[in-house]
Formats: sequence, structure tokens, C-alpha cells
Amino acid sequence: MEILFGFVGKDYALTASDNTAARSIVVQKRGEDKSRILSKHTLLSYNGEAGDTCQFSDYIAANIKLYEIKNGVALSTAACTKFTRRELANSLRSRNAYQVNLLISGSDPKTGVPSLFWLDHLASANKVNYTAHGYASYFILSTMDLYWHENLTLEEGLGLVKKCLKELKIRFIGNLPDFFIKVVDKNGIREIKL
Amino acid sequence: MSIMSYNGGAIVAMKGKNCVAIASDRRFGVQALTLTHDFQKVFEINDKIYIGLGGLATDVQTLSETFRYRVNMYNLKEEREIQPKTFAHLVSSTLYEKRFGPYYCEPVIAGLEKDGSPFICSTDLIGCTTFPNDFVVTGTAEQQLYGMCESLWEPNLEPEDLFEIISQALLNAVDRDAVSGWGAIVHVITEDKVITRTLRGRMD
Repeated sequence: MEILFGFVGKDYALTASDNTAARSIVVQKRGEDKSRILSKHTLLSYNGEAGDTCQFSDYIAANIKLYEIKNGVALSTAACTKFTRRELANSLRSRNAYQVNLLISGSDPKTGVPSLFWLDHLASANKVNYTAHGYASYFILSTMDLYWHENLTLEEGLGLVKKCLKELKIRFIGNLPDFFIKVVDKNGIREIKL
Repeated sequence: MSIMSYNGGAIVAMKGKNCVAIASDRRFGVQALTLTHDFQKVFEINDKIYIGLGGLATDVQTLSETFRYRVNMYNLKEEREIQPKTFAHLVSSTLYEKRFGPYYCEPVIAGLEKDGSPFICSTDLIGCTTFPNDFVVTGTAEQQLYGMCESLWEPNLEPEDLFEIISQALLNAVDRDAVSGWGAIVHVITEDKVITRTLRGRMD
């Protein structure tokens, strides 16, 4: 029932994630930020099995940070994705694989070119322009098919987020009242309130 | 539903006269839901060998990386390019290493041998190889592809004719499979160059 989606705009990558931590039919917390900062220009957003998500994304974030400290350069968004995918693919063949779905959004610190990567719990990775995870994808991929275009300004992008959330409100049974909307651009990562 | 058809896809390779072609669709989906139209399933090994990996997308990506690593190691150790036959055995043993917990992937290999003769090969998910004289197919549209190839293919096709026939075979096969299609990519390997073309096909 968790919702996670994102898209790239003209000079930014945006991800929206619900902020509800739920178990079965019980809401345990509102205001849970389901993302980790990998570097100044790369953000990892996740959902999936409760314990696995935190464990896995902490592990990835720590290792990518370690690489940055060791080598003095941060990994690019694509490199972060390759590393994450490989770790997840290795775990897939173990007795208890991490059941996590991920979006990795980033922006090139020099050129400002944004990128977004989709990874599922089987560790298939894809570079995408717009995407969603879980049940939400059945509702809002078509919304984004219709309204997404390459030169989406931030203002238009937030309009698209509103359209997607409205669609979910109308047709999706899960009632998720609040979202974290995060934007990555040349200046780094920031949260945006709708 | 089998894990082999979780992401969908179709790959075909054909022999020609002193040339060989390999083609795949470009869809990536999760069961019936299509996510991208630019998924890479055919990988360059060197300018004479291409490999197409059909099956579970995560293993397509894992195996393509494994093969790149192993071929690079071969090139460094042997100080020469790998030959198609050798590469087919490398693929086979890589898959058989995981005999009792396999990669859910069925590769198709297309290449030109030293003497310029075409080479095609396919293996099952645990590395059992076959080397036919005409064409090889794999993926969820396998049955449709067999039908198309059986009626279109003929011996000793020139590169341009081979391109036309492999393209028509693939495009028409994937139209009868719900989980493959959304464009195609075709490589025709000849003695002096590789012709690569992307096709649009039915994008619905």
C-alpha cells in the first residue's frame, strides 16, 4: 500500500513518497521519511518490507559515503545505482533477500543533468524519465504518460505531482494523507512542501 | 506464472551468407505492466560476437556484467580476442556453475568465426548448448518466433536481406505476445562492420 513515484524535469529529479509507517492495518507513525542521502547530489528513496528497507538503505548509504571519504570524490548517480543493484542482486540469491523497492534520483553536480533510476526487489535496474513503485504504478503511470514532457519546469512538475496525488485520492483504496516531496538539482537535495 | 516470463522479452539470431544477425525487443515490464521501452537485452562481446539474454531481467543484467568481466579476463590472460565457440563454452560453464540455483536466463549467441562463417548458439538456463544451422530463438515469444522464422528464413541471405527477414520475423512474432515488443533492435554482423538499427514497431 506504500506509494513511491518520481520523474525527471528540465534540470531536476523529483521523488514523492508517502510518510506513513504502517504494519498490517495499524498506522504506527506519520512523518516517516523513507529516504537516505547517498551524496550531496544523490538521493535513495525506498519502500518495502519494514526491517529490510532501513537495514539495506543504511548499508548502501554508509558504503557510498565510505567510498567518498576514501577516494575524495562522490559516486555519480549511475555508479550509485550500479553498486546498489549489485548488492541487491547478491542478496537475492541468499536465504533471506532484502525485499526493497528503490528509486535513486540525482543530478550531475557539474552539468546539472538530472537522472532517475528504478530498482525493484529482484534487482532489475532501469534508467527512467518517470516511474512509480507498487500499487501506485497502476494508477499514476498513465497520468505521467499523459502529462510528462522533457522540459518540465519545477512549477509544472509540482502540478504533475498534484495531478498524481489527486488520481490516487480518487481511485486508490489506500488513504495516505501526506507525502515527502524531494527535489535533487545542481544545488543539492531539498524538500518541497506542496 | 513462471519466473522466466515475469519480465517478458523475445530474442532471435539467424545465419546468413558470411554474416549473422541478432535481434531483440526492447520492452521491460513487470508481468503485464510495461515500464520502459529501452531495455538492453543484446550485448556486444567484441566486434564479431553478440549475446542476447532472454528471461528474468535482473539475471540479464547480472549475467551481462559477469560475461563482460570474464571476457575481459580472457583477453588479458590470452592476449587475443575470444572466438565464438570458446565464448559459447564460457557461457555454458558460467550457467552450469549455478546448476542447483540457476540464473533464470536463456542466452542466444551470434558471431562470426575466424574464417568468416556464421555462428549461432543457444543454451538453456543451466547451460546446455545447441548449435543449429539456421536460426535460434528464446524468450516469451519463442513459439511465435519459431513460426515466423520457419516461414521466412532461407539459406545464404545477404546482410541487407537478412536484416529484413530477422526484423519482420521479430516484429510480427512479438505482436502476438502480450509481454514483448515495444520496439526492437537489430544487429547484423558482417566481416568488416556491424550494422545496428533500432525499429519502432507497434508501440502499444
